[in-house]
Amino acid sequence: MAGRKNNIHGREGVAGWLFVSPVIVILGLFLVIPIGMALWVSFTDWNGNGSPFSGGPKVVGADNYLSLFAKDGLTRANFMQSIGNTFYYVLLVVPLQTITALLLALVVNNKLLKGKSFFRTAFYFPSVTSSIAISTVFLFLFQNTGAVNSLLKLVGIRGPQWFSDSRGLLHLLFGAVGVPENPSWAQGQIFGRSAWDWLAGPSVAMCVIIILVVWTTTGTFMLMFLAALQNLPVDVDEAAALDGVSPWQKLRLVTIPMLRPVIFLVTTLGLIGTWQVFDQIYVMGKGAPAGTTMTPAFLSYNQSFKSFKYGSGAAMAFVVFLIIVVLTWFQRRLLDEDRVPRRNRRRTNPPAGAVPPEPPLVPVPAAALQESHR
Amino acid sequence: MSATTVHGTRVQHVGRKKIAGYTVLILFSILYLYPFLIQIATSLKDDPQATAHPLSVIPNPFDLTAWKRMFGLTSDSPVPITTWLGNSLIVTIVVTGCRVFFDSLAGYALSRLHFRGRKALFSALLAIMSVPGVALLLPKFLMVTYLGIYDTYSAMILPLVIDAAGVFIMKQFFDSVPVSIEEAARIDGAGVFRTFWSVVLPMARPALITLTILSFQGSWNEFSHFLVVTQKPEHKTLVTGLASLTSGELGSGTQFPLKMGAALLTTIPVALLFFAFQRQFVRGANEGAEKG
Repeated sequence: MAGRKNNIHGREGVAGWLFVSPVIVILGLFLVIPIGMALWVSFTDWNGNGSPFSGGPKVVGADNYLSLFAKDGLTRANFMQSIGNTFYYVLLVVPLQTITALLLALVVNNKLLKGKSFFRTAFYFPSVTSSIAISTVFLFLFQNTGAVNSLLKLVGIRGPQWFSDSRGLLHLLFGAVGVPENPSWAQGQIFGRSAWDWLAGPSVAMCVIIILVVWTTTGTFMLMFLAALQNLPVDVDEAAALDGVSPWQKLRLVTIPMLRPVIFLVTTLGLIGTWQVFDQIYVMGKGAPAGTTMTPAFLSYNQSFKSFKYGSGAAMAFVVFLIIVVLTWFQRRLLDEDRVPRRNRRRTNPPAGAVPPEPPLVPVPAAALQESHR
Repeated sequence: MSATTVHGTRVQHVGRKKIAGYTVLILFSILYLYPFLIQIATSLKDDPQATAHPLSVIPNPFDLTAWKRMFGLTSDSPVPITTWLGNSLIVTIVVTGCRVFFDSLAGYALSRLHFRGRKALFSALLAIMSVPGVALLLPKFLMVTYLGIYDTYSAMILPLVIDAAGVFIMKQFFDSVPVSIEEAARIDGAGVFRTFWSVVLPMARPALITLTILSFQGSWNEFSHFLVVTQKPEHKTLVTGLASLTSGELGSGTQFPLKMGAALLTTIPVALLFFAFQRQFVRGANEGAEKG
């Protein structure tokens, strides 16, 4: 009897490894080992000639990394500009997509309104279509005499030349309130870039990409909010209605606090996703005008495949990698922490019916959602 | 008297709320759908009309030149669209088939089969899922060149045939299904693979549909992977072809009707799938948020 059981378990063991072997082979061959290869390349000056692994390229130590942060030069200037661009990009995209998604979810979830599934479909559809196809459409919409500028003309505004306008929004704002160009207080250098350049804000061209990304990602996040809203206990709603609170108060004091875990999830997924934007940049000018739509991920691609400085490109890829992994790790940590104090609070002082929804138990698979970000 | 007043304001209040709600919904629907209408209409205009009336969604005159050019019915077609379409179909079908089979095989093993190292393997999978795709472009290129398969169908397909997120989704699904039925099959003497193939997989239909849809959408829309592992024009898919057309690499000028048509063709298969399987799409989007 015991022998037979062992036998079954032995068979299961073999089957188990057989079943997962394709995963191990493919992910090992095209994901784990290549990361090691790229790490090696990031310490060399490989330029694409011969093999990077058999003696050809010179090992340059941490030079490729140093030239991103510490050494003055074109590489650092470009890299720091791409970091600055992404900073403003994240600063605008994350709040805009979170707030729009929440607004749409609240309205779509409203029981008084009909046609819920039609609107849900309409808002979600851009999220599932090819980012390249959508970028193509936006390229047409934002032409100098395109749909957007025609619309602006109808209300008496002369639209900008979106894709060739490298002026930063903050610079434009400074100009509007009378701050002179490149003032003396903004001359200090930070990572080889003047404070004035850091303060440029997103360029007009970058704004198109920001609008595009907010437009395409809102649907996915709206669905997350909808799912959370549908899981909220109904009696809280009723209690709030009986207490005679206004809709705005209910939203601020009841709904939003209960949605906290989802808001947090959406914000961090947004943070992670925004660092990965690539396809849109490729179609909409590849970093032009004047490098103001360049992102670190795209610069890494350019540096490798266009300038053939694979070592430097690999180093950039690892910096991006590190930023995203830190963000992901941060998200998982906070999600775990978030759960503990709330549970204690509930035990000591159970609010009637107002049980907040549990945040996900297992770390959230950001990768499962990345498809829709890109 | 006072009761009716209260009732009256209540009704008024609800009415105002409804109007505000519908206003938001309709405004946003226009914002989300109008670009697609413009896209469809522009593909049916001629070049001067597309530039002159960018907002109009009624092609006047109706012009099929862009579509004829795409399918090579005119002598000056800059886009070998049938080649692109063929490549997209081949890659998508093979990748989707492989993903559904291998992901569910591994998901089943990670959920049900007892073998040493299972937990470690699952942790590794979770770690792999947090690796950002954009940081993998150069690594994949290095491996593909190292293996000597650069610019081949193998390089396009092999790295995509398994995705960690799909394995995760299948594992979560099998975790939620009771074991009793399989146990009955196992007691009847069916082997592990036999049980998986004829008992477990048929039960997993909803998850398999979700996975099929996500895989189809993912590989059909894939761009950056093909960008770094291929070079020859005959390996272009609809998406990479469209990208080179749009970013001006094919030297084709503005030609917006042609570009909108090609973009539309890229959108149609996923759109059809989306409208047919909306519920599965929604479930796919929430897989990470809810079950995760």
